[in-house]
Amino acid sequence: MSYTIEGATGPWELVIGLEVHAQVTSKAKLFSGAATEFGAEPNSQVSFVDAGFPGMLPVINRECVAQAVRTGLGLNAQVNLWSRFDRKNYFYADLPQGYQISQYQFPVIGTGEIGIELADGTTKLIGITRLHLEQDAGKSLHDQHPTKSYIDLNRSGVALMEIVSEPDMRSPEEAGAYLTKLRQILRYLGTCDGNMEQGSLRADVNVSVRRAGEGFRTRCEVKNVNSIRFVMQAVEAEARRQIEVWESGGTVDQETRLFDTTRGVTRSMRSKEDAHDYRYFPDPDLPPLVLEQAWVDELAAALPELPDARRARYVGDFGLTPYDAHVLTLEKETAAFYEAVAQGRDPKMAANWVTGDFFAGLNRTGHSIGDSPVSAENLGALLDLIKDGTLSGKLAKEVLEAMFETGKPPAAIVEERGLKQVTDTGAIEGVIDEVMAKNADKVAEFRSGKEKLFGFFVGQTMKAMQGKGNPALVNDLLKKKLAG
Amino acid sequence: MTAPTDMTLAGARAALGRREISAVELTRAHLGAIEALNPRINAYITTTPELALAQAEAADAALAKGEGRALTGIPLAIKDLFCTAGTRTTAGSRILGSFVPPYESTVSGNLLRDGAVFLGKANLDEFAMGSSNTTSAFGAVENPWKRQGEEETFLVPGGSSGGSAAAVAARLALGATATDTGGSIRQPAAFCGIAGIKPTYGRCSRFGIVAFASSLDQAGPVARTVEDCAILLGSMAGFDPKDSTSADIPVPDFAAACARGVKGLRIGIPREYRLDGLPAEIAALWDQGMAWLKAEGAELVEISLPHTKHALPTYYIVAPAEASSNLARYDGVRFGLRENGEDLKDLYERTRAAGFGEEVRRRILIGTYVLSAGYYDAYYLKAQQVRALIKRDFDQAWDKVDAILTPATPSAAFGRDEKQDDPVAMYLNDVFTVTANLAGIPGLAVPAGQDAKGLPLGLQILGKPFDEETVFAVGSAIERAAGFTALPALRAAA
Repeated sequence: MSYTIEGATGPWELVIGLEVHAQVTSKAKLFSGAATEFGAEPNSQVSFVDAGFPGMLPVINRECVAQAVRTGLGLNAQVNLWSRFDRKNYFYADLPQGYQISQYQFPVIGTGEIGIELADGTTKLIGITRLHLEQDAGKSLHDQHPTKSYIDLNRSGVALMEIVSEPDMRSPEEAGAYLTKLRQILRYLGTCDGNMEQGSLRADVNVSVRRAGEGFRTRCEVKNVNSIRFVMQAVEAEARRQIEVWESGGTVDQETRLFDTTRGVTRSMRSKEDAHDYRYFPDPDLPPLVLEQAWVDELAAALPELPDARRARYVGDFGLTPYDAHVLTLEKETAAFYEAVAQGRDPKMAANWVTGDFFAGLNRTGHSIGDSPVSAENLGALLDLIKDGTLSGKLAKEVLEAMFETGKPPAAIVEERGLKQVTDTGAIEGVIDEVMAKNADKVAEFRSGKEKLFGFFVGQTMKAMQGKGNPALVNDLLKKKLAG
Repeated sequence: MTAPTDMTLAGARAALGRREISAVELTRAHLGAIEALNPRINAYITTTPELALAQAEAADAALAKGEGRALTGIPLAIKDLFCTAGTRTTAGSRILGSFVPPYESTVSGNLLRDGAVFLGKANLDEFAMGSSNTTSAFGAVENPWKRQGEEETFLVPGGSSGGSAAAVAARLALGATATDTGGSIRQPAAFCGIAGIKPTYGRCSRFGIVAFASSLDQAGPVARTVEDCAILLGSMAGFDPKDSTSADIPVPDFAAACARGVKGLRIGIPREYRLDGLPAEIAALWDQGMAWLKAEGAELVEISLPHTKHALPTYYIVAPAEASSNLARYDGVRFGLRENGEDLKDLYERTRAAGFGEEVRRRILIGTYVLSAGYYDAYYLKAQQVRALIKRDFDQAWDKVDAILTPATPSAAFGRDEKQDDPVAMYLNDVFTVTANLAGIPGLAVPAGQDAKGLPLGLQILGKPFDEETVFAVGSAIERAAGFTALPALRAAA
């Protein structure tokens, strides 16, 4: 059943396409040697090129091109061996050159596609139209002074990849899943950190609505949405607005809108008539970008394993459930952590512990996998202690909690707290004898057929042993003794 | 001994090497000439006498230690389009205000590396847009040459490198840097009776040169002899990783090529350059040039460059289009002139209205128009297609000839008050020169004769891409044959 929004006059389908701006992970800017670190002092990472000084010329940063090509390969897209940089001309105070260097007509990456996972377990293919490289602008700060605006050019000239999707998404969920998947791929590739709060990943959302079976109606673009949740909300809010317009007999005009996150509505930013004439033309300072197939092949060969392949390997080679495989591959760091734990151990057991008690521990203590007090090595060591019978599952959970608190290796905690499981038959038998002596009446009841009391004896024995008795041994020995 | 200001660059270099004259003496002689004549000629916007003398002293020290380089102690003028670290750079415009670049252009840096002395910054048409050096915000430059019997008439030196050419002709520098986007080296060189070469696009780095039209701009020298131009270009040229359009090709010994001679060379004579209404004097000079080369053993070959007639309109679409974008950065926000306004748009409008002169505004408007939605295909795209055809004309010509001989300009220098009302008539000055910019090939102007009123006339030699050596060889042959010894009316007292 496809997603629709019920209007006053019947159901409406949604048509959604995304233009994502992803900041390229690179030490230097797209056309200058200036640094790109986030959060530096304003205007501390600006070269004369970035500031548009007279006589300054752009020189392409090879690493930024490599990152775009890697991303293209990760999106199963065509790499264009010939592409070109154009100038997009407009005036703004944070655009020092008076133009943005972009790729308008001939992008470095052509069509591709990625699969998105939906809640019902199905996968849907979303087309990628193109990916091109462009410069970011600086930042205008309007709230620092009552009558003046401040300009920070640290971002000016930073490399961005604009990744344009086909209008293939049909619901807020699909839009969210697409952005999630795209971010996942970028992070796996190491081509963009995907940090939406810092603005290194931003989405322009194109939305239109239609009746089933219709062609496309006019779309509106919701600019600069900066979280996956907001993308989903913006899609729905904008779709509902358009439905209202159509149903009240109006016409949706093509325009650029903004999403008001506090009120949950979109509002008009500029109409098509106000749209800039960007006067695109080939940048005469830059020769066409010509790539060697051999270089592209080298980049392809060195590409890291991507989430889809890794997920398939976890299911196929490790026997994990598709769900666990999905959860473990969502983030590159999680997958790396899991693989370190699973290395040389039972992969399913490792998956259970990572997705279960380990994730719970991270949540409880407010840590992320990157700054987890429990290292993959120590979690692996804990699994080894279970495997060799030193710890019961229950004790191991207790040890893991202590590991989160102290960051110590499991052996040290077992040692300090004397949590080692008792496997000495004689010691267990001694405790059982005491329990049976104290509860002679219950022993008689059990022997006369009240077998439900077995659990009681297990509980009493374990309690007397502070939980350290090996559960299997306790069971076996109790059965023998009670049988008389 | 020749007066210091009358020396050729090569002659001065030899005299410095023999310690017959010191760099300080040579520099002082030029500074004195500037002091005497620049108030009238206005060839320099900014003079830097203290800097020049310090550089000259350093040059003498280097020469004394036997560490002289190609240009050690040679006083030069630098077109005020080249950014010079610590020295005001204006581009002939009010909009740059008192802009002092914190960086050195690659070309001027190369000259400093080779020991040159900078006398100051040469006047030019605003942002290098013009053919008469009358659009400079710092006043017009007077051509040192006078029509016989009309000594009062103020003649233009040509443009845009009018200050560079006038300074060299009037003996206010031994040589100068210049730039050429549509003829801005060759036309003023011809008007001022000196030599000037626009090398192949990519031969000199554009880094640090205030951009006019990036795909056409190219730096080159003007000097009083072809050999002097060759020496200067040898220092100015070279690959620069800071300019993506700079060519990674070795710089040959241009000066050595001057003596090669033309025996056996095939010289193309393009029939399309014989324009209707070409003044008889110009046509005669051209014929004379052919005769000289033939006498020296060259073979003359008539060729066709069929798209020549489209070159000027093509140029006046491509160049303004690029300029309209290149000049967007002069917005009053970060450097140069700022006229405060009510809001950002008002600031832009006031700053740019106050900062740009009429010709620059005209070209920004033309450029903005031809790139606009709905006009792009008809103008800019079409112009790029025609440009490709013009380049192909030359590519095909090189199968038949080694160099091409044409007039440098359709007339001698004109009066300041002539041609000023009609921008299109002014644009026609570039008719013989723009093709080289559109095709990216080298072009040399060399003084070859005088008109009936004694004004200098030049011939132009066009060459294959990166074959400046042949161009220098042909230019030197013309120079020797012409024996051009006439002197301008205004020049440093010997």
